[in-house]
Amino acid sequence: MSDPHKEGKTVMSEKITGAQSLVRSLENVDAQVVFGIPGGAILPAYDPLMDSKSVRHILVRHEQGGGHAAQGYAAATGRVGVCMATSGPGATNLVTPIADAHMDSVPLVAITGQVSSAAIGSDAFQEADIRGITMPITKHNYLITDAAEIPRAIKEAFHLASTGRPGPVLVDISKDALQATVDFDWPEFVDMPGYKPTTKPHARQIKEAARMIVEAKRPVLYVGGGVIRAGANKELRALADLTGIPVVTTLMARGAFPDSHPQHMGMPGMHGSVGAVGALQQSDLLITLGARFDDRVTGQLSSFAPRAAVIHIDIDPAEIGKNRVADIPIVADVREALSQLVPAVTAEFDAGNRADLTPWWKTLNNLRETYPLGYDMPTDGTLSPQLIIERLGKIVGPEAIYASGVGQHQMWAAQFIGYENPNTWINSGGLGTMGYAIPAAMGAKVGCPDKTVWAVDGDGCFQMTNQELATCTINDIPIKVALINNSSLGMVRQWQTLFYNERYSNTDLHSHSFPDFVKLADAYGCLGLRVTEADEIDKAIEKAMETNDVPVVIDFRVHRDAMVWPMVAAGMSNDEIQFARDLAPKWEREEA
Amino acid sequence: MTRHTLSVLVQDQPGVLARISALFSRRAYNIESLAVGPTETPEISRMTIVVDVDDQALEQITKQLNKLINVLKIVEMDDTTAIGRELMLIKMRGDDAHRAAIMQHVEVFRGRIVDVSSEAVTIEVTGSRDKLEAFVAALSPYGIKEIVQSGVVALARGGRSIGDRAVRGS
Repeated sequence: MSDPHKEGKTVMSEKITGAQSLVRSLENVDAQVVFGIPGGAILPAYDPLMDSKSVRHILVRHEQGGGHAAQGYAAATGRVGVCMATSGPGATNLVTPIADAHMDSVPLVAITGQVSSAAIGSDAFQEADIRGITMPITKHNYLITDAAEIPRAIKEAFHLASTGRPGPVLVDISKDALQATVDFDWPEFVDMPGYKPTTKPHARQIKEAARMIVEAKRPVLYVGGGVIRAGANKELRALADLTGIPVVTTLMARGAFPDSHPQHMGMPGMHGSVGAVGALQQSDLLITLGARFDDRVTGQLSSFAPRAAVIHIDIDPAEIGKNRVADIPIVADVREALSQLVPAVTAEFDAGNRADLTPWWKTLNNLRETYPLGYDMPTDGTLSPQLIIERLGKIVGPEAIYASGVGQHQMWAAQFIGYENPNTWINSGGLGTMGYAIPAAMGAKVGCPDKTVWAVDGDGCFQMTNQELATCTINDIPIKVALINNSSLGMVRQWQTLFYNERYSNTDLHSHSFPDFVKLADAYGCLGLRVTEADEIDKAIEKAMETNDVPVVIDFRVHRDAMVWPMVAAGMSNDEIQFARDLAPKWEREEA
Repeated sequence: MTRHTLSVLVQDQPGVLARISALFSRRAYNIESLAVGPTETPEISRMTIVVDVDDQALEQITKQLNKLINVLKIVEMDDTTAIGRELMLIKMRGDDAHRAAIMQHVEVFRGRIVDVSSEAVTIEVTGSRDKLEAFVAALSPYGIKEIVQSGVVALARGGRSIGDRAVRGS
């Protein structure tokens, strides 16, 4: 056993406080930005943080905003996002972003202060068992009461958050550990015998997968967010170009494959395109890449892609076989696996093994020509939310970053903006956290200051986290907000329209009256604009694009009865997809 | 649904039992029994977990357990090739009329009397679950006052140790 990782070599040794040790550890792992709020238990850490030359701390207005900002930063840059909070309520306010990062595999490190170790367990002021609370929603977490353990915990936390399947790691540090004096020993290696992610695919499985891919008559590349997290978009493109196989990108994978590519069939799922949903349903082989057969993609699981064999490539072995049995399971980094699949498939082609995909494409082209994504314009002269989002995508273009909240506006932003690049579509897919957009856009802008960052938000979501606009203005983080204001909790209202007999229980937010979002924007030091007529849409977006000294909020007052289509009702089979209310596509009759 | 016995090697760190039990409750799997104790290696504890689930759920359980950073190894103990033992302590009413009969059962089941007082007899017995159930059934006519029972601990037969064996689910 001569594993160099076990030797635990150390460099540098000198007496400093635990708090200084924490800041120095953050510098050593190259954390550049921390989003947080100080408070009693974490206070010792904030003192040396003030002097750090390389770690920038951004004071947010609510810890939830700090957590989502760290997520947005991570999603835009691929780096680990860092947030910091004090004990008790500071820590519990991070629970939502941590749960969100866990669902969407976002590399996040949350650092929280804890009451002094002598007081732990005594129900002390601002005490909460945040390690216990976050156990089921973190990849791993730590409670550190010995200052000497801080460097190792930080090093391990960053390693865990960013490798394997990325995810959130919480490091809870007691106040006395921050105040104690210790030798600073920076571990050169991490030593975690229980953590050895498999990144290299099994060669025989790759070969077998290549054989299935070239033989399939109706294959589909089912692309999930893992492709983006793994940075595997180039390898995916290579495989798609090589094989001519149609591609669908899930909500988490928008941007992993260019929307403009002729093989792109769009987004599958509850609000996916008929072409993408139809492709999966009629497929004979799903080449599943960093996707997890989420219920919002599969609909009723038993009738999902009923005739398809499954190749499932994922770095998390627990995802394979969780919801759908895999015929060829491949545990690997999807980028690694794809870079081996390309030559393996090429070899099969060279040997003359290649199924003719012409009939398959004929079916798919027919589907997408017959049922393109679209929407009806309101007949009463009010604004169409889809039109606004479509115009936003056209004017702003695919080089910008778009962050969204959760609900109708999120689905429209996923449908009607064309994404060409990974890490340009940032949303809360798994947890579905309303209020995600503003802080996430803020974090993305901090990580990518040269990029234009738009938050596409709804009036419900916006009112959950808009206080971070103050953070944006004060810290020179000029994000732009397209507020799709339908005065309602729009998606819930849509379900009430469809499934609750148009009884609109508690979904009217009255936000065409209160608050006045233009005044609110003004109060936050942002440029506030209001758009009520269709001919003002482009001008307002262009005005926002020209304004780079302050954040911009455009209050688009839209039609409240617009609905997201297509739709597969919850729990129904994907075959029951409707492209408009009560309108189901006609499927091709199965060949006998 | 079938009973499965998993031997899980874990780093002996604070919170590890909470992580494991929380994982079972969060994923809605019932633990039938759980026993934790030290091993031949300091800093490594061994848990023996018995679950009553179908094969697909068992695969998920082992995969999810393997994701816990403090979990080092999981091996399923096959009932036919592993020895599983539970420990039971039983307190019986100790009237003279039945003492001889109780003693006879203790002997048949290879138990031991570990405490005797004027009102009670306390018996220690180890064995498989079936044996303990049979023992309880045999003694119940004589007045059981109290029972306490451990979870199963299990060890594979033969020369190999858990360190030599493949990890389940990998």
